[in-house]
Amino acid sequence: MSDPRTGADGGGGRPAPPDVAALTDGEWHRLHPATPLLKGGIALAAVLVILFNNAREYVVELFVPGGRRGDEGDPFGYVVDQGWLGLLLLAVVVVIALFVGGFWLSWRMHTFRVGDDVVEVRSGIVFRTNRRARLDRIQGINIQRPLLARVFGAAKLEVNQAGQDANVNLAYLRSASADDLRREILRRAGGAQQPHAPAPSAAGAPVDAPVDAPVDATAGGTDGATHAAAVAGTAGPGHPDVHAPHRQGFGGLVEQRANEFLAPELDPDEAPPQSVVALSPGRLIGSTVLSGYTLFLLAAVVAIVISVVTTGEWFLLFVLLPAVLGSGGFYVNRITKSLRYTIAGTRDGVRIGYGLFSTSNETLPPGRIHSVKVSQPLLWRPFGWWDVKINRASRSSTKGAAGQENTTILPVGDEDDVRRVLELVLPELVGVAAVGVATEEARAGSTASADVPEAVASATGPATDASSTGDAAPPALGGEALGDATFATGEAAPPAVRDAVEATTEHTLSLVEGGLRSSGTDGGFTVSPRRAAVLRWFSWRRNGFRTAPGALLLRKGAIWRQLVIVPLPRVQSVGLVQGPLRRRLRLATVHLHTVQGPIVAEIGALDQDDALGFFTTAGREAVAAAHADRTHRWSEETP
Amino acid sequence: MDRLDIPDAQWTRVSPRYVWPELIGYVVTGLIVAAATVPLWFIGQWWTYAITAAVVLVTIVVAALTPRRVRAIGYQLREDDLLLRKGILYLRVVAVPYGRMQLIDINRGPVVRALGLSDLKFVTAAAASAVTIPGVPADEAERLRDRLVELAESRRAGL
Repeated sequence: MSDPRTGADGGGGRPAPPDVAALTDGEWHRLHPATPLLKGGIALAAVLVILFNNAREYVVELFVPGGRRGDEGDPFGYVVDQGWLGLLLLAVVVVIALFVGGFWLSWRMHTFRVGDDVVEVRSGIVFRTNRRARLDRIQGINIQRPLLARVFGAAKLEVNQAGQDANVNLAYLRSASADDLRREILRRAGGAQQPHAPAPSAAGAPVDAPVDAPVDATAGGTDGATHAAAVAGTAGPGHPDVHAPHRQGFGGLVEQRANEFLAPELDPDEAPPQSVVALSPGRLIGSTVLSGYTLFLLAAVVAIVISVVTTGEWFLLFVLLPAVLGSGGFYVNRITKSLRYTIAGTRDGVRIGYGLFSTSNETLPPGRIHSVKVSQPLLWRPFGWWDVKINRASRSSTKGAAGQENTTILPVGDEDDVRRVLELVLPELVGVAAVGVATEEARAGSTASADVPEAVASATGPATDASSTGDAAPPALGGEALGDATFATGEAAPPAVRDAVEATTEHTLSLVEGGLRSSGTDGGFTVSPRRAAVLRWFSWRRNGFRTAPGALLLRKGAIWRQLVIVPLPRVQSVGLVQGPLRRRLRLATVHLHTVQGPIVAEIGALDQDDALGFFTTAGREAVAAAHADRTHRWSEETP
Repeated sequence: MDRLDIPDAQWTRVSPRYVWPELIGYVVTGLIVAAATVPLWFIGQWWTYAITAAVVLVTIVVAALTPRRVRAIGYQLREDDLLLRKGILYLRVVAVPYGRMQLIDINRGPVVRALGLSDLKFVTAAAASAVTIPGVPADEAERLRDRLVELAESRRAGL
């Protein structure tokens, strides 16, 4: 089934770096040759299930002595009795062949190419579609591996663009080349001039990396210990190597599949394989059980019991019981979807993966997150758990962690986890100016090594603590796994600048943390006046806002606590609203308009002078930040 | 109780003629709603008449306030953003940075067109910030649109 024109889909699932070069050469390519099977797989399975269901009795009775009853309700037995078995099998084969043929034709007609500025897809048998997506407008790239596709070593790649139904789907690609293709697309989208790192040429061959490269600290970093641990983790033996030499023959293929299956969700090439957040199954189950859905369920059970006891009628039981029983599936689904949740920073953005059987793994480039909400459902409060949601411009067809909308980037975590996630998703928080300075300085400092791509790549190490990374990482892993954890400021910074940036980082992050639980003017928030208690009964002390370098923070809710963070360069417009009631109370509401999503960034019941001041500063700073924003070409060298 | 207002804003008012399309819109809507309540009269209860009377009354009050409401609409082209103010009872002020404007529409309904006016509508990536400047004289609207497109072009920002 290999296509002689491109040769890109030859080897049936064996990753080979030249293929990736071929995939991105600007020519038209086809998808994975197993695509028709994978897409038709569901239809195939359905036909087989129907057939089996009908034949089951017959088969059972064949082996069970006692002879068959002439059962009227057994269509399969009827067919056999009439001697139509051959016809039936023929019909099944024809149906399957039609399906597979249709999918095969659509595979033939489905071609894509990756140019320097666009990804282009042509598809459709009767109605042809030609879709071009500009690379610098990419909102995220998602790689999904449904269970069946994983068996075949295939993956689905989805390039997300802003807007409804604006995504570019490449289903399916070879699993390994999907990862490489994503890396290449992101590299081009980022505007980097030279490859960050060469595609892994041979199995685990360590690429020489300078050991003493100072490490940029603006993003990605957490406490040094975590990263040292993460880094040490890769060095350990028994780490499954996805890029193992391709053994010949079937045995080799099976082994390779098994390796891919067991491989860590995050490609070790792309990110520190250890997520910055470890989601323990206990916490996952606990958080799922303590969700709002459980409250609903309890209410339903109570309603059933009361109605049965008081009225003696069983009516409500029959109405609600199926829903209650069906909820088991909901819990299991939610938990398996979140298992193996990982989040890590790469050079090209935040990468989030999850899923036990069917996996999904998404990269969000810098500057694609339009607002962030850290919130705490009431039942999670005793445990100190939070979840993190984001607003994003694209609508992905895929579900996110925990089977929720893919706007949930941290299903559950404690305050430390929240801090680490925020560090990844909000590099802007450290301030545009500071980053600018750091990058400038870094560029000046790193020109010497610029001609060695690996050196540049490895210099963007993951940790805040340069010394710990410097000590632990390079001898163990070489340049490969180290290359990615920061984004926004692609290069190494001299120590002085790094310290300055670090100071800013710490300051800003402590302020974010403070915003989670604090109330009153703690953490520099401007809060509602006392008279706002009429409108905010419990939360008027907490209800407040503050400006931070690169972001605006809104702190709300005393019972259902939340903290909304809007990166300044993503603010679309600012609104100030005052209705008649608030006029009497001299209060006003400020809206920060961002793209549509689960988060509405507005803060009500502020003193009207405070609100006016916030409106004015937010508007002014949003303009300045948008002007300074360079994230649409996040790794481009500014002239 | 001082009013909430942007300090030293030089509001440009929309054309006073814009009162008419607003007025006609409210009166027509009011009449339709009032007419819809007429079949209730056949019930023969006193409150069915009261409903109709209430609808007419509300329409009259809203219509009477229209000139004030139109006077309250104002916009200002500041250095980096467009500022728009609306409403007297329910005050709304929006600042849209020029670089954020994705497109600008000129809409002309039948009454608006008859009076030689246009409505300007701005769309950003955020649905909530869609704002309209109604009742701008037609040639002024064209000029304003071109000016804003030019400003948006020079301050182009991504999403």
